[in-house]
Amino acid sequence: MSRKFAVFSFIVMVGLLLAGCAPATQLTVEATTAPEPTEPAAPVEQEADPGKLVIYSGRSEGLVAPIIQQFADATGIEVEVRYGSTAEMAAALLEEGVNSPADVYYAQDPGGLGAIEDAGLLSTLPASILERVAPGYASPNGYWVGITARARIVVYNTESINPAELPGDLRGFTAPEWNGRVGVPPTNASFVTMVTAMRQLWGEDETRAWLEGIAANNPVYYSNNTGVVEAVASGEVEVGFVNHYYLYRFLAEQGEGYGARNHYLNNGGPDSLVMVAGAGILANGRNQENAVRFLQFMLSQVAQQYFASSTFEYPLVEGVATSTLLVPLSELNTPDIALGGLSDIAGSAALIEEVGMVP
Amino acid sequence: MPSPRAFLLLWLPAILAAAAVLLPVAYLLLRAANGGDAAWVTLQRPQTLATVWRTAALGASVTLVCLLLAVPIAWLTVRTDLPLRRLWAVLTPLPLVIPSYVGAFLYASALGPRGLLQGWLEEPFGITRLPDIYGFPGALLVLSLLNYPYVLLVVRAALQRMDPAQEEAARSLGHGPWSTFWRVTFAQLRPAMASGSLLVVLYVLRDFGAVAVMRYTTFTRAIYIQYQTALDRSAAAVLALMLILFSLAVLVLESKARGRSNQLNSAANPRKAERIKLGAWRWPAAAFCAAVVALALLLPAGVLLYWLVRGWLAGEALDNSARLIWNSVSASGLGALAVTLVALPVAYLLARRPSRSSSLIGSIINLAFALPGIVIALALVFFGANYALPLYQTMPMLVFAYLILFLPQAVAAVRASFQRVPAQLEEAARSLGSGPLGVVRRVTLPLLRPGVSAAVALVFLTAMKELPTTLLLAPIGFKTLATSVWSFVSEAFFARAAAPALLLILTSSLPMALLVLREEKDN
Repeated sequence: MSRKFAVFSFIVMVGLLLAGCAPATQLTVEATTAPEPTEPAAPVEQEADPGKLVIYSGRSEGLVAPIIQQFADATGIEVEVRYGSTAEMAAALLEEGVNSPADVYYAQDPGGLGAIEDAGLLSTLPASILERVAPGYASPNGYWVGITARARIVVYNTESINPAELPGDLRGFTAPEWNGRVGVPPTNASFVTMVTAMRQLWGEDETRAWLEGIAANNPVYYSNNTGVVEAVASGEVEVGFVNHYYLYRFLAEQGEGYGARNHYLNNGGPDSLVMVAGAGILANGRNQENAVRFLQFMLSQVAQQYFASSTFEYPLVEGVATSTLLVPLSELNTPDIALGGLSDIAGSAALIEEVGMVP
Repeated sequence: MPSPRAFLLLWLPAILAAAAVLLPVAYLLLRAANGGDAAWVTLQRPQTLATVWRTAALGASVTLVCLLLAVPIAWLTVRTDLPLRRLWAVLTPLPLVIPSYVGAFLYASALGPRGLLQGWLEEPFGITRLPDIYGFPGALLVLSLLNYPYVLLVVRAALQRMDPAQEEAARSLGHGPWSTFWRVTFAQLRPAMASGSLLVVLYVLRDFGAVAVMRYTTFTRAIYIQYQTALDRSAAAVLALMLILFSLAVLVLESKARGRSNQLNSAANPRKAERIKLGAWRWPAAAFCAAVVALALLLPAGVLLYWLVRGWLAGEALDNSARLIWNSVSASGLGALAVTLVALPVAYLLARRPSRSSSLIGSIINLAFALPGIVIALALVFFGANYALPLYQTMPMLVFAYLILFLPQAVAAVRASFQRVPAQLEEAARSLGSGPLGVVRRVTLPLLRPGVSAAVALVFLTAMKELPTTLLLAPIGFKTLATSVWSFVSEAFFARAAAPALLLILTSSLPMALLVLREEKDN
């Protein structure tokens, strides 16, 4: 072995060691007023062999792994999770069909769940689970249940925008003064769902006109919500259309000086939509009982409190305290749309494509 | 007709490998057919034509920039008295180990209109906004800086094996170093530049990460958008089939550019060429290498370190790293060995038994290079879950996916080696009474070793970076450095992504540096 190579390997090894010896503290995002959970995790009693559970998660590992681990620890169930995007997991489930090893599909939006429901791959959930959330937050046919909710908001740059001067309605952003100042994530599932809500509430023509108006204002397109929030904070654009909870992780990571904040339009239109992330049980899953226990756990006070305090999403179960940073869900003036009315994502995707937002 | 033995050892593995590549194609045809007429409407949209144009423009431009960066660096580091020559030789190929989705995030965050660079410029110069790098310029920048090493490695290898006799003849006829370079060296490098460019073009066609971050819609991104926004597998399949046609066109072009002379004018053990004295050009030449290394290697590494330190200061944890490294290294290592093993008979057929059937097999295998990872992954999800359930989501299945993904790369590397071993040498050994296997063992394999180790190293480091297939096909719960980087970066947990990303880059740098240093030693 040449001497140079030995030196090089040494440097690499030192690098690896350094990386391995980093301080082992965990980053925790404390909500300012999150109280101690008042109710223990749902089923805690350990069985002789609690068996297995396979979860396909369209929600990212950084967000949900801690609470899934808590479920595994509390029940002794051997939980295996496959992480990917909601669409990737949906595509995989559709390809696998009845041979899927999955027991639970946990998705970021109703669209992915709807596709799996339409393919006939989900089983109906027991009433004990569906009853835990308000009727508007579960599949109308009982095939999946919402776990948490996120609200549509306008994120704005704190240096250049005074929130009092923002339009009261998304339609205001088609005015020429917003030319080049808006960030949009046209391929993001939540954006597509908001467009679906617009089609429900405003009708096809007005939705198309709005999309065309925004597109004519030379918005900057981003591939996801985090991209928009970052761009707004850095001043690349001044406002963006995203969900409420992305901002708080940036605030936690980068402090109060972070240059973006949320503004709720709260006008009862599609611009104040509240959307759910939810989960369903695969009809051909081998661990049906454990899947039910998992959904019960995710709707328990413990898990709901985790989401309220750590991911800043809205809990869907009564009696969970949310961070004071959040406008309470009860104060949100959400539009009157059944979740079933939000399933036509293909139609919305086509419209978004048509106006040229997606090349 | 091949002998039964030749059939078993050469043709059968090659045919099976080609069949493996055809699996995803069969899947695409199936999905496209299921979609009915609606899916085919995708083809008639004006956006589709624009996508074709954008993809072609990016592929051509990235290739051009890669050639402009790689050929001078290769020549300088192999043939001249460049200051710190060995250092540049080791550093310049390393950007290849940076995954494109990570690289793109890093460049966007450093050079974006309001990125780190702008932040530094604001105080002293009052610059409040840099020009937008998104779209074509950003995609061009990222893909060129991360992929020029494909050309560099191939051209360097060709230069090292090139017989200096012709150059000496040109010099003795009164040509200066530049004239000799253009008229003799450059001309002889054409096949190497063509095959390096092919690797680059096909990589650009397949890449998703860089174009997604830079928001430039090529085929891959259009295909992804179909899955992502509309959950439409049929429209995605139609677009993917178009991408395959596109790649076929590129392959035809490349075989034209390569020309008829497949045999490089080279010797198995060339004499050492005399180093060219650069004179006053030494310093500009070193500055050029330094600039490339600074931009392609130090800048991304610097931003990663910045994220890492910022995370450390915020109390970020770095657990599980050992497990992630082991998973990445074992899966990529197994993949690299398996892929190279299969590449051997295929490369032998292509180099030594040129015929219609062998070149057909070669083209089919090259096609795999144009299949986006998500397509290969979903094809194997479909076939695996429905027809090979016991293997589904097991390590062998993942290795099989790597085989389809990376075979063309390995075949290209090994094939180039075969072409450098003159067939006459083997014939001579045969005529001296050695059996065919004896010839392979005593003559061919030793001379083949550089190509084989290049193939192993290339497949290893590409597998380390691979994402969509590993996400969908690895055993459940099997996390690699690449999947955890992706998981964190896509939710903007940059601090948490920094450590696995740095480890990924360090771990894949090792075989890469080993490869280059070994070449240096041979030289």
